[in-house]
Amino acid sequence: MAQIGLFDIVGPIMVGPSSSHTAGAVRLGLAARKILGKDVEKAKITLHGSFAATYWGHRTNVALIAGLLGMAMDDERIPHAFEVAKEAGLEYAFEFEDLGDVHPNSARIEVEGSGDKLVMAGASIGGGRINIFDVSGYEVGVDGTYTTLLTRHRDEPGVIAEITKVLAIHGINIAFLNVSRKTRGSDALLLAETDDDIPQLAIQHVMRVPGVLTVRTLPRL
Amino acid sequence: MDINSASQLLELMKERDQTFPQVVAEYEAFRSNTSCEAVREQMRETLKVMRASVENGILDRGERTHIITGYGHIFNQAIEEDRVLGGSLLRNVVLYALAVGQHNAGLGRIVACPTAGACGVVPGAMLAVADELGSSEEELIEALLVMGGVGIVSAAQGPISGAEGGCQSECGVASSMAAGAIVYLMGGSGEQVFAAASLALQSHLGLVCDPLASLVEVPCVTRNATSATTAVAAANMAMAGIPAVIPYDECVAAMKQIGKSMPESLRETSKGGLASSPTGRRIYDELRRKHSQ
Repeated sequence: MAQIGLFDIVGPIMVGPSSSHTAGAVRLGLAARKILGKDVEKAKITLHGSFAATYWGHRTNVALIAGLLGMAMDDERIPHAFEVAKEAGLEYAFEFEDLGDVHPNSARIEVEGSGDKLVMAGASIGGGRINIFDVSGYEVGVDGTYTTLLTRHRDEPGVIAEITKVLAIHGINIAFLNVSRKTRGSDALLLAETDDDIPQLAIQHVMRVPGVLTVRTLPRL
Repeated sequence: MDINSASQLLELMKERDQTFPQVVAEYEAFRSNTSCEAVREQMRETLKVMRASVENGILDRGERTHIITGYGHIFNQAIEEDRVLGGSLLRNVVLYALAVGQHNAGLGRIVACPTAGACGVVPGAMLAVADELGSSEEELIEALLVMGGVGIVSAAQGPISGAEGGCQSECGVASSMAAGAIVYLMGGSGEQVFAAASLALQSHLGLVCDPLASLVEVPCVTRNATSATTAVAAANMAMAGIPAVIPYDECVAAMKQIGKSMPESLRETSKGGLASSPTGRRIYDELRRKHSQ
């Protein structure tokens, strides 16, 4: 069993009322913004299960928008997220849908900004912790504890070796590595959780690897 | 270095000839690969947020809460008009805990301790006692480390969420943590810290989590105040020499076992207890109707 952190018990510092319905929701929104890597201009959020049933009580909707605006879970502007979104020109809509056999506190987040689009789905799993289980239709498992590199690439020999080589050259240690694809020879997804931050230069190098289509990162949350 | 139980923590204090807060600071510094100094600094920040949540919570008039209406403010008014019994300590314990609970429910910034639902217990009890004793900031940081130590051994051996263990695992554990901190501020030993923690937890065993309309409002916020009061009583009893009889580790094991035998309807699902009372259901229906419009 992992050792219990002092500040997991005496903390986290957060805006209330609920660590799973409010703080975790802020972090899901923040993760979507960070993976998109740009200001969010348009968002469609689909609430599932317990999120759909009790969002109004714990302001899960407000919390998700706060995250999309770049607020952390202890940001005192969280209650005003809808007003801040208006000023920032962020358009948003909420929908309610059964997302299937997923955690009760789940949401699908579709975001757009500067011509780029991202769809992700994640769950708030308690104590403000999150699990992103879907990025662009690929099954993943990201909790934001590590810096995460996500590449979409052609499912060909050598692409993954080349990507990990670039990380090695930049002195970035991979803690966890996961690859998945939809069908053989189609597009594939690589997910690398690293001990070190991934600098912009390394990201540019990964982009130049033959076969790599898109590169996204999620800095530690 | 590992801390998995109260007995182990007390053993570490002896082995290393260190104080309770020293052991906890070293544990965390080792675990998160940082220095004891950095741990203490982070605790200083945590203390600031706790203080601010008390102050802001007293001003909160309940604009953002669904059922409760500025409980810290209401209680403060009553104190100012001398309409409540008890000396300054008892008054402040209730006031501070209500204020923080209200602030949390109203989307205020708080320290979840150990959870957001129980966030008023530790600041309520510990800060009111610190005001009474005139404790310094350094003493409070030490007391917070002791409180965290009680929390760590609780989490290592039992559930720390209403969904798993009912309210005994939230307000109950918070009350144990607060009782430990108070004993430390009173100059008690490590054994007395855990005696107080045991006495506080014993008074919460079996407590269910049945909040109205799935909110963190009723009965949560007023229960934060009574759990904080229990912490003071438990600390006083332990310091007076009244034994807990059952060691803290065994109290936590009992809490875990009770949590397992608690039906799901009484573990944060709002399907039983107060939530399913006629008034609880009526309030839920009213709120749901209001928000579906």
